[in-house]
Amino acid sequence: MNQGNEMNQALAIQCRDITLRIQNQPILESINLAIPSDRFLSIVGPNGAGKSMLIKIILGLTTPNTGKILVLGQRPQNLIPCDVGYVPQRKAFDSRFPAKTEELVLSGKTHRWPFFINSQQKHDVRDALSRLQSEHLYGKSVHELSGGELQRVFLARAFIEPRKILILDEPAAGIDTFGESDLYKILEDYRDDTKALVILVTHDLEVALHHSSDVLLINKKQIAFGNPPETLSQENIHRAFGHSMHEHHGSHE
Amino acid sequence: MNTMGAMSSMIEVLQYPFMFRALVACILIGGLASYLSCFIVQRRMSFLGSGLAHSCLGGVALALWLDVEPLFLVSLFSVFVSMAIAWTTQNTQLEQDTSIGIFFSMATALGIIFLSLRTQYTGDATTYLFGSILTVQNSDLYYAGGFCLLLGLLFPMWSRWSYAGFDRDLAQADRIRVKRDDYLLHFVLALAVVLCLKVLGIILLAAFLVIPAASARMISKSFTSMTIKSVAIGILSSVGGLYLSYVYDLPSGATIILVQSALFIGIALSMRLSRFG
Repeated sequence: MNQGNEMNQALAIQCRDITLRIQNQPILESINLAIPSDRFLSIVGPNGAGKSMLIKIILGLTTPNTGKILVLGQRPQNLIPCDVGYVPQRKAFDSRFPAKTEELVLSGKTHRWPFFINSQQKHDVRDALSRLQSEHLYGKSVHELSGGELQRVFLARAFIEPRKILILDEPAAGIDTFGESDLYKILEDYRDDTKALVILVTHDLEVALHHSSDVLLINKKQIAFGNPPETLSQENIHRAFGHSMHEHHGSHE
Repeated sequence: MNTMGAMSSMIEVLQYPFMFRALVACILIGGLASYLSCFIVQRRMSFLGSGLAHSCLGGVALALWLDVEPLFLVSLFSVFVSMAIAWTTQNTQLEQDTSIGIFFSMATALGIIFLSLRTQYTGDATTYLFGSILTVQNSDLYYAGGFCLLLGLLFPMWSRWSYAGFDRDLAQADRIRVKRDDYLLHFVLALAVVLCLKVLGIILLAAFLVIPAASARMISKSFTSMTIKSVAIGILSSVGGLYLSYVYDLPSGATIILVQSALFIGIALSMRLSRFG
């Protein structure tokens, strides 16, 4: 771990003593994290643990009250958008905004909403969709996509350019057209191909245990950070989830 | 009246300078309002159009009281109220409709006070309440033309405003400065309201800033096509409304809004029917 004053520029993400309060409510307290590229990091914690807020800090959408964070050696606000792929938590889109699949996918490359799509861009979009066996979604309205299809489209949006960090905020579990094991296979392959840092926000302990190389366990405070079996010990899980997770206890023995 | 007759009478009508100015005004404001209406409809800001239109009353009344050309004072009121609404929305926990309600009432109340201070006849205020296309002067056309040019230069903003409208977090993660862009949108909306004021009037203006995009939304699968269709609807309905108002000797602003409403209802019904068909 980095004990010196200088933050290590080579790490993909490094944060020290991150604290975030919103309207005087503590959201995150003393989060410390240092992780290089070519890893699969799971951020685990119960609902309301501040996982999504930590992602927002990494993306530069929120500034922590105290502490330091460097992403790819820079302040998150200065990141180049193409370096980070972001698959947001599944949510309903505003139906007042008519949008097509190819526009959403292409926005991952143009970083603007496309007014017009040229033939090269069409090709890039089809290419990205085909990597997820989803070419048939081209031309569809995003409002008619199922949850699983939308997840694929968002992944295609992230895959349309090579990323150094890929972040997935709670990809919905048990999704229709998207076999879950498929998803983790795709993410593991992506990491192998690109040597990117893959970050998965999840409350699924099984997933964190079996697919990730590193786990950050939080519940507002940082409970543990390190390799999956040690981080997800009985005691740590109990500290993070309290008594609300009794049914999960047995499954890890 | 057959088509040829209608055409020739239309051309005849345009021999009158005031009618020619009216036609140009309709094309310009029909286009600029319907372009911006896409963002208004999509961001649920239709109340903002109404609020800004009413806050213009403050500027109109002040100009009448001071006996000066209203355009500058009206713009000042509209821009101030628009910026105040944007600031309040971004910096307090209040919803936008709350801050609109506060600031537009404030500006309207000021307008009523100014009107009461004026000792002479205040009849010309009704021009601004209901609109009168015959009062459009050449200078109004230059301002509207200049503003259309500005919107053209700002066209790259379309991709940023629409992205932030689609998903604010995604846009922000792509380093779009959504707050600054919001202020710019509020600024151009404030000026657009002022430019449409003489033709539509305070009361009808909100509809003019909503109906074209609302109609286009129902027949569009992408925001690009919604924008193009909205502008087409905005221009055609304004010109059509102007023509009908001339032929049947009706108030132009109200006729334009009725044409747009008819179009909206027609599209809504035909979409409903085609779903069963």
